[in-house]
Amino acid sequence: MKAIMDALPYLWAGLQVTAYVFVIAIIIGFIIGLIIALMRLSPWKVLNWIAKIFVDAIRGTPILVQLFFFYYGLNSLGIISLDRTSAGILTVAINAGAYFAEIIRAGIQSMDKGQTEAARSLGLTNVQTMRYIILPQAFRRMLPTFTNQAIISLKDTSLLSVIGIADLTQKGQVVIAATFKAFEIWLAVGVLYFIIIYLLSLLSSYLERRYELR
Amino acid sequence: MSLIEVKNLKKSFGNAEVLKDISVTIDKQEVVCVIGASGSGKSTFLRCLNRLEEITSGQVVIDGQDITAKDANINQIRQEVGMVFQQFNLFPHKTVLENIMLAPMKAKGITADQARQKAEALLAKVGLKDKAGSYPNELSGGQQQRVAIARALAMNPKIMLFDEPTSALDPEMVGDVLDVMKQLAQEGMTMVVVTHEMGFAREVSDRVLFIDDGVIMEENKPSELFADPKHERTKAFLSKIL
Ligand SMILES: Nc1ncnc2c1ncn2[C@@H]1O[C@H](COP(=O)(O)OP(=O)(O)OP(=O)(O)O)[C@@H](O)[C@H]1O
Ligand SMILES: [Mg+2]
Repeated sequence: MKAIMDALPYLWAGLQVTAYVFVIAIIIGFIIGLIIALMRLSPWKVLNWIAKIFVDAIRGTPILVQLFFFYYGLNSLGIISLDRTSAGILTVAINAGAYFAEIIRAGIQSMDKGQTEAARSLGLTNVQTMRYIILPQAFRRMLPTFTNQAIISLKDTSLLSVIGIADLTQKGQVVIAATFKAFEIWLAVGVLYFIIIYLLSLLSSYLERRYELR
Repeated sequence: MSLIEVKNLKKSFGNAEVLKDISVTIDKQEVVCVIGASGSGKSTFLRCLNRLEEITSGQVVIDGQDITAKDANINQIRQEVGMVFQQFNLFPHKTVLENIMLAPMKAKGITADQARQKAEALLAKVGLKDKAGSYPNELSGGQQQRVAIARALAMNPKIMLFDEPTSALDPEMVGDVLDVMKQLAQEGMTMVVVTHEMGFAREVSDRVLFIDDGVIMEENKPSELFADPKHERTKAFLSKIL
């Protein structure tokens, strides 16, 4: 117990990094997902193809390989230089984006055609129809699936420790290297991850209640 | 002056020709009912009038504008043509008032205050003043359909299209909706109504179109069409439903 108490300030710092990386990555990932989903549903075949290739490429490769590709691979070209945190955020964001894209696409496609027809028949444009009618309803329905993916992405951030990002997992390793209390520290790290994930699911069910499904 | 002019309209879905050379003109303030068997093309015809379906060939002219022309502003034209659907298609995530206010604000750019005033007046007109804050799923089918009519009217359309507006309703709700439509007709709205309500067609419409297998088989004043159908197909159809 004392080992855990002593480690807490370090773990707390790691937790903050984890939370920071996660929040930024999930916001960027959501925007990527929305863009890719709209590309997949657009009437332009080229956009469909680009979007499909993107989603297949990301879903068809391990996230660890993607991380190495963005951090070591891209940097080795010498054209751009990504620091660890940017590479880590980018990896998690792109990964989440690919899955979000599929969730959003399915959500939009599951909407009743009558909603679009009613909106268009009133003279709303395609974009207005998406923005005011289709997306708000689709997002509400997707909320539980979104939460699932967000939780997966949060867990994915622990992989970023391998490129040296000082997240919760990495801080755990550092503390253990100094104290040799592997059992206590990994238990504490696990509990901390569990707490954030639990808070996330609380937030999700709050939103589900706040925006009642109609 | 004719408000709707349809010339040699053809519409195919893949290889199936659903509308085969339809020509008809509808005057301002006219109320036209469209009747016909299931699958004969009534809905498709109606949906070609506001380009919810792209036509295969021919011309649809609404208030002097060819709606299929390359430079036609279809969103502008649709503001002039209200549509009421069999399944209501209200926006379930918005209140009754918001359903009615949305399009005038977003498509026409009028202020929220003006939109609210208009919406409240229309709700009073369809007898649902007290439902402004309700969500669609809290209303009966008949109430939802009257909201849908109010929503379409909020754009001040010149034409109202109805696709079987009472077919999805419990029998006891049908009357309220038909009453609203009757009142609209009396106020001089130009209306095209696909319906199985022969009583409504007889009482309210100026003309009835009988569509059979993608063509207008027969059209006439309701009194004559119902009393003295000329075509065998019309007779057969009427004998089945009357
Ligand atoms: N989007 C579509 N794709 C393919 N075929 C279609 C489509 N919409 C309609 N059809 C076909 O066109 C024909 C006419 O359909 P339409 O809905 O216009 O008939 P209707 O007269 O309105 O029938 P009902 O009284 O059942 O509503 C039908 O055979 C239908 O299967
Ligand atoms: Mg129909």
